[in-house]
Amino acid sequence: MKREAPKSLADYSPLFFPGLMLIVFFVIPFSTMIAVSFFQRDPSGFYTPDFVFTNYARFLSLFFGKVLGFSLVLAVMVAICCVVIAFPFTFLLTKRPRKVQTIWLVCLLSVLSLSEVIIGFAWSTLFSRTAGITNLFVAIGLMKEPVALLPSFWAVLTGMVYQALPYTILVLYPALVRLDPTLLEAARTLGASPVRAFMNVVVPALRNTIVATLIMVFVFALGSYLLPQILGRPSHWTLSVLITDQAIYQSNMPFAAAMAVFLVLMSLALVGLTLLVGRRENAL
Amino acid sequence: MSGLVLKDITKSFGSFKAVDTANLSVPHGKFVCLLGPSGCGKTTLLRMIAGLEDPSSGEILLDGTDITPVPTHKRNLGMVFQSLALFPHLSVGDNIAYPLRIRGASREDQKKRSDELLKLIHLSGFSDRPVAKLSGGQRQRVAIARALALSPKLFLLDEPLSALDAKLREAMQVELRQLQQRLGITTFVVTHDQREAMTMADLVVVMGHGKILQAAPPIEIYRKPADAFVADFIGMTNLLDATADRLGRVSVLGQAIPNLVMPEGLTKASVSIRPEDVHLGPVGGDAIAGTVTFVRDLGGTIETFVEAGGKTIVAVATPRERPEVVAGQQVGLILPAEACVVLKS
Repeated sequence: MKREAPKSLADYSPLFFPGLMLIVFFVIPFSTMIAVSFFQRDPSGFYTPDFVFTNYARFLSLFFGKVLGFSLVLAVMVAICCVVIAFPFTFLLTKRPRKVQTIWLVCLLSVLSLSEVIIGFAWSTLFSRTAGITNLFVAIGLMKEPVALLPSFWAVLTGMVYQALPYTILVLYPALVRLDPTLLEAARTLGASPVRAFMNVVVPALRNTIVATLIMVFVFALGSYLLPQILGRPSHWTLSVLITDQAIYQSNMPFAAAMAVFLVLMSLALVGLTLLVGRRENAL
Repeated sequence: MSGLVLKDITKSFGSFKAVDTANLSVPHGKFVCLLGPSGCGKTTLLRMIAGLEDPSSGEILLDGTDITPVPTHKRNLGMVFQSLALFPHLSVGDNIAYPLRIRGASREDQKKRSDELLKLIHLSGFSDRPVAKLSGGQRQRVAIARALALSPKLFLLDEPLSALDAKLREAMQVELRQLQQRLGITTFVVTHDQREAMTMADLVVVMGHGKILQAAPPIEIYRKPADAFVADFIGMTNLLDATADRLGRVSVLGQAIPNLVMPEGLTKASVSIRPEDVHLGPVGGDAIAGTVTFVRDLGGTIETFVEAGGKTIVAVATPRERPEVVAGQQVGLILPAEACVVLKS
């Protein structure tokens, strides 16, 4: 079917509303932030309009470089963990009867209704020495005495994976439901064991979906600033935590804005790189 | 015995019996068509042979050993699916070589075998093309080649030609049959097209409501259908109510058919007679009197619709055999005893 290109102004009218929303809620605030990142900080008040690079210059230090690196590595790990757990899970879920699928999806949606704060404190209780899961391990004889599992990197990772997992499943679900089940059966008649068939057929057939999901979870995890503070040490704090700290507690808006702009640029670069690699592999 | 044997195979989904105590014995090298209307259980039966469904009861024997507990990937079979199920992320050559890759064959061996098979299906030089760039008929061939890559013992096809247009389908039927004869491989095809079954099969298995109704060579199925369902499903037929007269002869529409004796113990039955066996003649004698209601002249054949005793009977003949009749004319219908099949009704 060939679609006609829109000609008159009226043909474009459906775009007005989303366009307006994008301008009001994205373009204007984001431009403001970019502008503020070049402003001069006024220690006695807020900031004064200017055009200086001091905010960016201050950022280019080993300390902030390390924090940026840690934030990116953490987000990448969260994305990989989520997809590795969610992909087989969602695949098996689509093989269940319709009713079972609905129940699971409703439960997952209810997890989404929990706020980051509740998730953070729930996990901090679960990982604590006094009331945590290690008490259970002691009870069944796996451990000698209960230990505190937090603050630690693994606690941060667990909390963030828990938070992002429902999104991951909900994004993967439609693609996996639509996958032709005979592809898998064909692989099995050709001599592939079920696991092998899954790796050879389902994973490659949905590679684009997997890449898109990885990027989504990555971006989602990059913005997390509560869980690292609740479950981690200061060395596990992400750039988002520092941005919040600068913006709210130090009242240094220009520096916070500069860090935010840098974070956006870095994540855009990573996403672009992923897409580029994906396209090159597709061409082969 | 050698070959494939189905022993009392039943498959239930809840209270619904998709396949009901199916028994079948197929020697090696035969081409079997599972034929029946949709929902008759033919695909379920094929999937059980493939191991994609587990039978609720019964066993499947291959050369005397029970393969029912053997998982699909260890059964050494090739299967072509209705959707073809070619792997979209692999090229034509890699699709065909996939079963060899699974078994760890070297890159050269894979290439050699896939080129060999591409030659067999007349697609040499297509090895590096993406599957999406092929036409429907070419994809069909690639799916067949992939299923045959390991020279399997069983070759299973689930409505393989249904996606092709009529002309291509007829050509592929002949090609598939010739390929099977060349390779001598035991083949099962599921189809609802009786013409397709007649073209290809050594053995036609007619199924209805989950049961195997008749398993016989195509011409026997056509000439000697086991019951009214089979007679009606295979080709065109005239099904007429019949009774026994005083002398035990079969009587149709109030007229006894000479030399046709009602089987012992039956008083009522159906008679099936193919349209090409119905002769038209003058009224009188042993002929059944009727009125011509419509003549369909197709050039190659003429179909004459005759109404007699409230039933419409179709007679088919070539223009050479048939004196001209017109609608409204009175004619006599002659049903030769040797062409009539008496069926329990």
